[in-house]
Amino acid sequence: MQWNQTMTILPQINRPLEAKQRAIVIGASSGIGAALAQKLAAEGYVVALLARREDQLTAVCDHINAMYAGAAHAYVHNVTDFAEIPNLFQTITRDLGGLDLIAYVAGIQPPVALDEYNFAKDEAMVKVNLLGAMAWLNEAAIRFQRAGNGRILAVSSIAGDRGRVGFPAYHASKAGLNTYLESLRNRLAKYGVTVTTIKPGFVDTILLENAPKTFWVVSTEEAAAQIYRAIRWNLQTVYVPLRWTLVGLALHHIPSFIFRRLNF
Amino acid sequence: MTMTQVNETTGSTDQIAALPHERLERVWAWGGASSSMGYVFRPTTLEHLRDVFDLAQQTGRSVGLKGGGNSYGDAFMNSENIVLDLSRMNRILDWNPETGVVTAEPGVSIEKLWQYILEDGWWPPVVTGTMKTTLGGCAGMNVHGKNAWQVGPIGNHILQFDLMLPSGEIKTCSREVNSDIFYAAIGGFGMLGCFTSLTLQMKRIYSGYLQVKTGAPANLEGMFEFFEQNLEKSNYIVGWVDAFGKGDALGRGDAHIANYLPSGADPNPQQSLRLEHQDLPDTIVGVVPKSIMWMFMRPFMNNMGTSLVNLGKYVSGRVGSGREYLQTHAAFHFLLDYVPNWKKSYGSGGLIQYQPFIPKENAREAFAEILRTCQKHDLPNYLTVFKRHRPDDFLLTHGLDGFSMAMDFLITDSRRPQIAALARELDAIVLAANGRFYFAKDSTLTPDTVVAYLGQDTVAKFRALKKECDPDHVMQTDLWRRLFVA
Repeated sequence: MQWNQTMTILPQINRPLEAKQRAIVIGASSGIGAALAQKLAAEGYVVALLARREDQLTAVCDHINAMYAGAAHAYVHNVTDFAEIPNLFQTITRDLGGLDLIAYVAGIQPPVALDEYNFAKDEAMVKVNLLGAMAWLNEAAIRFQRAGNGRILAVSSIAGDRGRVGFPAYHASKAGLNTYLESLRNRLAKYGVTVTTIKPGFVDTILLENAPKTFWVVSTEEAAAQIYRAIRWNLQTVYVPLRWTLVGLALHHIPSFIFRRLNF
Repeated sequence: MTMTQVNETTGSTDQIAALPHERLERVWAWGGASSSMGYVFRPTTLEHLRDVFDLAQQTGRSVGLKGGGNSYGDAFMNSENIVLDLSRMNRILDWNPETGVVTAEPGVSIEKLWQYILEDGWWPPVVTGTMKTTLGGCAGMNVHGKNAWQVGPIGNHILQFDLMLPSGEIKTCSREVNSDIFYAAIGGFGMLGCFTSLTLQMKRIYSGYLQVKTGAPANLEGMFEFFEQNLEKSNYIVGWVDAFGKGDALGRGDAHIANYLPSGADPNPQQSLRLEHQDLPDTIVGVVPKSIMWMFMRPFMNNMGTSLVNLGKYVSGRVGSGREYLQTHAAFHFLLDYVPNWKKSYGSGGLIQYQPFIPKENAREAFAEILRTCQKHDLPNYLTVFKRHRPDDFLLTHGLDGFSMAMDFLITDSRRPQIAALARELDAIVLAANGRFYFAKDSTLTPDTVVAYLGQDTVAKFRALKKECDPDHVMQTDLWRRLFVA
């Protein structure tokens, strides 16, 4: 275990009348995760940022702390190191002095050719996109149920809505994530815990490099702003940007005999 | 997993081992205005207690102590760390009805204590306004009663205690042995170690009744006069102030004096000293069950409602002023237990208490300014209790030759920042008047204010003793981190 070796973490001071909101963002070194961490810090949260790439993570963390001093704490972590998650989760909640929100944003989508079946890539996607989410959000679910409040949020994808021709394992991992989140939501609602599924369309991130045709692309900042609005409004399942709701609706209703003749 | 280096000032380690989920509980401030999650352990024996300290060291956590959980703020919270709840270590280990000396575990409540000794003709020399507090908590906070100017805080009546240090070592402390720890651990809010047994001297009484007399001062000036006139000849005095009174009526309220009955005055002490005789009634005015009384109070918990209720209370006090009657000890002392769950009437935001202690020569002006400041911001306190105190020898004492005013403030989401700002304004008034504060009641103090009223030397001395007793900074609470680490 080697997280947090380079950083000095002071336990958060809790002031009874001036409590701060606390969040964990997993996958915070770039893209939507970095933008969401920054947005949360701007809204007064203390945020723990987790990512695999230490250089980028430190840069994002320093950038946030330069604007909102003391708001960001960095932890180097690979989400596929499942065994270290329970200890790391409690380390972070201790360092933050509590937890109100966990956002699982980590996701990978390596390039896959239309006739390619590569188990190594598939396994990696399922591990990062789905199993990592389960390992982290299970911890959060237990905790929030005992606390009687809290919010679990995960960035899934519109790709989870249907299995299209391009990335079978990616679609499957996001479909699995959607269903897992729905189960969490149904389990935890009675304990006052909210579970939010975010389904981005095209957001201007590294993942788009492998996507051939894109449209309605939004910046990561815009995506983060919309995700924060979903948090404020207590929404359950949200397409980002919102107009993808229509695409999602259409996708859901394409019958298979047409779907299998389409080449997207 | 091996422990990593402990951070000098925070006790934080780089990495920690997970504690069992089923220990994780929400711990609420007594006033209900804040809460935090902690891993709660409830040991029953010294071995279990030691196990918890070992576990803390193995998993890189700090340990905060909790007794009855009646501190108004974060004194027994230890967010995301171990909360050691001592309420199950609650045996009375020794009682001598001849001398009135009792030895008890820290989880013994004032309730259990007075009920244990009453029929032998004894009463705890110092009791809190609720009987749900524990001896460990009372000693850790060095609580006072309505007789504080006569007998001092509870520490004055503690003869000896055993203190378990985080290492597991037990230190016996008294005025003669380990006296520096004795004077610092009492009032040291659990930061030096955990009391495992306490020996106290009880007070001999000759009746289950107190002789009570009422007064209704028309303003703050009248309140001070009432206290001055009665201090010498009274055992207990407590004042209640209607914080809505303005101008000439600023500080109006009522006051109660109580005196022990001398030997022989009660014709039938065996009867009045019986436990059944002390029971608080189950109903109010004979009909309303007390358990639901808070629901009837709820609609009045706003500025207008409380100003009306307080006015009514003041007027009825005025009408009955000068009345004398007999009241049982339990009924006189445990006002906070009279209406169960009365704090619920404050609603979901709860309440906090602000209790400054001011030397007698500055008290009139300072308290008037405090009341006016609250009124100016339209943040009047709903319940205000007035008491007289005296200095004592404990290191972190709140005691001084003067008065205290305990003020309950309603908390709502919109009021939080306002009350926090108000508290800072009031802090300045208290410091300017050479006043002091009390950790059991605190939710708002800042590190600077604490150093200002305790003094650099006192804080340094306490830190040195903490280093001696707890070199790894195992003993911590949210209050400690808020006031001594931040």
